[in-house]
Amino acid sequence: MKTFTYEKATTVDEAVRDIDRAGAKFIAGGTNLLDLMKLQVETPDKLVDISRLPLGEIEEREDGGLTIGALVPNADLAADPRVIAKYPVLSRALLAGASGQLRNKATTGGNLLQRTRCYYFYDTAMPCNKREPGAGCSAIGGFNRILAVLGTSENCIATHPGDMPVAMRALDATIVTLKADGDKRRISIHDFYRLPGDRPDLETVLEPGELITHVELPAPPEGRQVYRKVRDRASYAFALVSVAGVVKVADGKIASAALAFGGLGSMPWRDGAVEAALVGQAPSDAAFAAAADALLADAKGYGSNDFKIPLARRVLIATLRELTGE
Amino acid sequence: MRFTINGQSYQADVDIRTSLLDLCREHLGLTGSKKGCDHGQCGACTMLVNGRRVNGCLTLAVMHQDDEIVTIEGLGSPESLHPMQAAFVRHDGYQCGYCTPGQICSAVGMLDEVKKGWPSHVSDDLSDPTFDDGEISERMSGNLCRCSAYPNIVDAIREVAAASGDAKTAPTSREPAEAGA
Amino acid sequence: MFGFGKSDTNALTMDKPHPDSLLDTGAQGVIGKPIDRIDGPLKVSGRATYAAEYDFPDLAYGFLVRATVGAGKVTEVDADSVRGLPGVIDVITDYKTFIRNPGQGGDTNKPPQGVADVAYFGEPIAIVVADSYEAARDAAQQLRVSYEAKEGRYSFAAYREEHDKPPEGVMPPYTGTGDPDAAFEGAAVKIDATYTTPSQNSAAMEPHASTAVWEGDELHLYGAYQMLSTDRIQLAKAMGMKPDKVRIIARYVGGGFGSKLGIAPESVAAAVAAKAIGRPVKCVMARQQVFDATVRRSNTEQRVRLGADADGKLVMLGHNSLVSNLPEESFFEPCGQATQFLYAAPNITITHDIVRLDWLLAASMRAPGEAVGMIALECAMDELAEAVGLDPIELRKRNEPGEHPIDHIPFSSRQLVPCMERGAALFGWSKRKPAAGDRRGEWLYGMGMAASARSNMLQKSSAKVSIDGQGRATVETDMTDIGTGTYTILAQITSEILGLPIDDVTVKLGDTAFPPAAGSGGSFGAGSSGTSVYLACEALRGQIADKMGVAADGLTLKDGRAIGDNRSVPLAELVGDGIAATGEVAPGKQEKETLQSSYGAHFCEVAVNAVTGEVRIKRMLGVFAGGRILNAKTARSQILGGVTFGIGTALSEELMHDPRNGKIVNRDLGEYHVPVNADVPQIDVEFLSERDIHANPMHAKGLGELGISGAGAAVANAIYNATGVRARDFPLTLDKLLDGLPAV
Repeated sequence: MKTFTYEKATTVDEAVRDIDRAGAKFIAGGTNLLDLMKLQVETPDKLVDISRLPLGEIEEREDGGLTIGALVPNADLAADPRVIAKYPVLSRALLAGASGQLRNKATTGGNLLQRTRCYYFYDTAMPCNKREPGAGCSAIGGFNRILAVLGTSENCIATHPGDMPVAMRALDATIVTLKADGDKRRISIHDFYRLPGDRPDLETVLEPGELITHVELPAPPEGRQVYRKVRDRASYAFALVSVAGVVKVADGKIASAALAFGGLGSMPWRDGAVEAALVGQAPSDAAFAAAADALLADAKGYGSNDFKIPLARRVLIATLRELTGE
Repeated sequence: MRFTINGQSYQADVDIRTSLLDLCREHLGLTGSKKGCDHGQCGACTMLVNGRRVNGCLTLAVMHQDDEIVTIEGLGSPESLHPMQAAFVRHDGYQCGYCTPGQICSAVGMLDEVKKGWPSHVSDDLSDPTFDDGEISERMSGNLCRCSAYPNIVDAIREVAAASGDAKTAPTSREPAEAGA
Repeated sequence: MFGFGKSDTNALTMDKPHPDSLLDTGAQGVIGKPIDRIDGPLKVSGRATYAAEYDFPDLAYGFLVRATVGAGKVTEVDADSVRGLPGVIDVITDYKTFIRNPGQGGDTNKPPQGVADVAYFGEPIAIVVADSYEAARDAAQQLRVSYEAKEGRYSFAAYREEHDKPPEGVMPPYTGTGDPDAAFEGAAVKIDATYTTPSQNSAAMEPHASTAVWEGDELHLYGAYQMLSTDRIQLAKAMGMKPDKVRIIARYVGGGFGSKLGIAPESVAAAVAAKAIGRPVKCVMARQQVFDATVRRSNTEQRVRLGADADGKLVMLGHNSLVSNLPEESFFEPCGQATQFLYAAPNITITHDIVRLDWLLAASMRAPGEAVGMIALECAMDELAEAVGLDPIELRKRNEPGEHPIDHIPFSSRQLVPCMERGAALFGWSKRKPAAGDRRGEWLYGMGMAASARSNMLQKSSAKVSIDGQGRATVETDMTDIGTGTYTILAQITSEILGLPIDDVTVKLGDTAFPPAAGSGGSFGAGSSGTSVYLACEALRGQIADKMGVAADGLTLKDGRAIGDNRSVPLAELVGDGIAATGEVAPGKQEKETLQSSYGAHFCEVAVNAVTGEVRIKRMLGVFAGGRILNAKTARSQILGGVTFGIGTALSEELMHDPRNGKIVNRDLGEYHVPVNADVPQIDVEFLSERDIHANPMHAKGLGELGISGAGAAVANAIYNATGVRARDFPLTLDKLLDGLPAV
């Protein structure tokens, strides 16, 4: 860990003002940032502690949705009765992630920004375009069991490791931010993440110094909600494949569907083609297979992660059965 | 910097990079909290910050000057063990002892979470979780034990939970939940 | 039995059976009882002190620097690049003295030295010392090192055809009997299957750590070690010192599982650095460094051939293994260890060859040999049972040998069949269905079993036991307790033989200032160090009898009193200022004249998700016979731990070596998947009553590695029974099962 200066912000305005240089970063839960700083994968020269800002509340909005403060810990969000009642897919996703200790510390805002668990990203002795654009990608041609099959580029096949953001994509969340100049932004989660392309170091559309203050969930969607996560241990492991699904069946047909995926993509994945293959159809193996075809049409395996493609297909079909069954 | 740990005040002049864990172990003589991985992947450093279980390795000491911190030393002493510590001895909920302080702090924090009604990954009903061995195992999965005293740890926690008299931690029997419950 | 050697030393070489045991005639009634660990209160309250937890004034922190090439030469360590960082004291390189890799367990030679030539990616080449841990870590990471890289051998697949026969280890590399090839050719039923297991890491929860303190010309090293008496010799030789100038202290060790048998690189680095800067130096390996630069269990490729007649009687047994190690390292994973004697077959071939790779050292990890070798053998037996249409237990019964099939010596004790029968009854084995015959919703249920065997060994060990003027006993030996329960069982042995309440026994371990012991490894710790304590107590018993004026066999010791000749005298009165004796045990002819092993049978029920291939272990049960059980509670815990290692081996543990440079790719506990609590069910353990008079005077055999031996095979066989998929490439992660699962 390189040394840094430390400032504790007491107001949101002060926090964004304190990010006065490129090397400065916010710290809240710190569970991923400190993890990476210890390995000098992240080397901020200044930390602005936002952990005491008044962003720890969950509030109901008039439209029936929720506004979640960026500092609400994962554990509290998962256990919130309103989340459990209206957005169980979010609660389930959170509970499927990490450990009790980590969920007590990790925050809503920070979890959106969790970085990949790619083995090579974590080892500064190995070339990585995400750490250092242009250095090369060690995962291509190396071990990539946990890495992405969707949205990759020739420069990076890292997976977004999160669970919560997958559920939030299925729920059409909006991310509310405050920029250094005092401007507020509302960014749809669908526009929030970037594909790696030739700049895998840039993972979101956030500008330098831009602070996530809240996440808004629209009014709860109709239909059944499921989060299914497949991993290498029964608990405390990152997803190989996960599915967040919200599906409504009416009059024997799929009236609406929102499906997002973890473990598969460079970002929490959602593809309108999957839903298009389902909506208006009667739930059937043929419709589910068509949805899986749509999801995986452009999937590309890199050797040790090839299995994710057939696995994703099976998990999606089984999850759709659960979402639409009696 | 000033800290309140196990009800005692401490003052320490430490490197800004010092983790809460290293503060305890290297500067305050509180070596009960262990370092197993330093990356939140083993749970050996689990301590209670304002009553909540967290990984002491993944947070900076400087961020906790206003917090009430409890480490294993604050739960009990060899002469006067906390009920959870005593249960771990009775059930052999450890072998080498290195993960043990973290397991015990985690168990104490975990039971508070259960009492608050918090669900887990294996809860069938998120709004009314039952409490059984499967729940204990899932909720304790952030604490690795390579000696694998897991079955004994579950026995110890189940016993303490039952003795607490709280309806929410009264053990029930159920087929352990399947994956993806 | 006392009276050998000096009057205060009771030495025994185990040349003859030892039919009597003071543990049977003791009156205190504590031996075997499930008493709580005597070190428990310290451990659960965080007061037990591990290697990195001793404080010294002026302590400096060391952080190792690793090589970032897989093979080559260090051309420059640019110390100036970090010397200016605040708090940094120095960058210390001593290419000649630093050890390339850990010592092998029990070795009394120094580990290979010299780190200018890089032998594997991650090899420690320097140590940065600083006033704070944070400064040392930062500087170590920023330090600029230049290399002249060389081509290396990094891929097992690429070099598997090139291999050599190693020298003899715990077993001969090649052994067998009869004409196996011809026998296999003519067999009515044949199984010819190759199983592969990956490199593994012991992943003890306490990282390797050393605090080096120089007291004049003496080195005191607070370390995390399993075998202090030989570690001391390794360290002394590496430092160019006499062993009596080196003291190692390891009172509590946070697990070892083989990885702490020999000294690891941080020990020499800390000692060199402490000397160089004139301050105590503490060096704790970061978890990633434990993965990079301690030891691994070798990967294996094991071809098992079983030839049987139509009734399932083996006519041929072949177990041919390829393992890997660094050039010139002689250690080989002895996969065929149990294969030598587990089943009766007139024709046997067992071989081990080493593929030389530039990967980190392969050495002992819990149950070297059996842990992975029995996976291959016991899965193959399951395949044979199916091929001949027999229940797996019946197949094993039909091949139960009456003697060692190669060496033709008797078994000292062997209850494999009773273990299988008792386990089958307890587990409900008769309810097992044909393969892929039990689907419940999305889950496929299945049961599997496997035999367990782990060779029993006795090693030289000594201990001193004294009784003070208050009638309290103290045991001193440099034995370690790495979680094995040694503190407690040594107290129980002392308490039983000397008739003292357990609270009146103090056990001091983990310090080379005490008599040298066997150390913790190879499941020989309890038998060896326990016997040394037994012998010391036996001698004390003789001294007490003399003081009482009665014959030793007419003396009863109980509750701190000596009883004999119609008198009952407090021990404190008899012993005056105190008495002391030393016990020394050494292996003898018994280990050549009998085949000594512990046995057991594992039973496992799994549920495999029909969609995803995820495996959940629903139940696991084992019945074991390991001679006398010294403490029913800690013995059970040792088995639980072993079985869980077996679960990890079967399902999730795998070190990945990058084929481009040999580096460990998944070098943390996030991606090296040891089982978590939710992976492990409430395992049932039962011990059969047994005494082994050939093993030692306690009649106890080893348990620490029995639980792992065969456990993974029981899991794998259950997976086959659940799914009908026979995967042989371990671990059986879900991707290995996916193709064979029912269509969704």
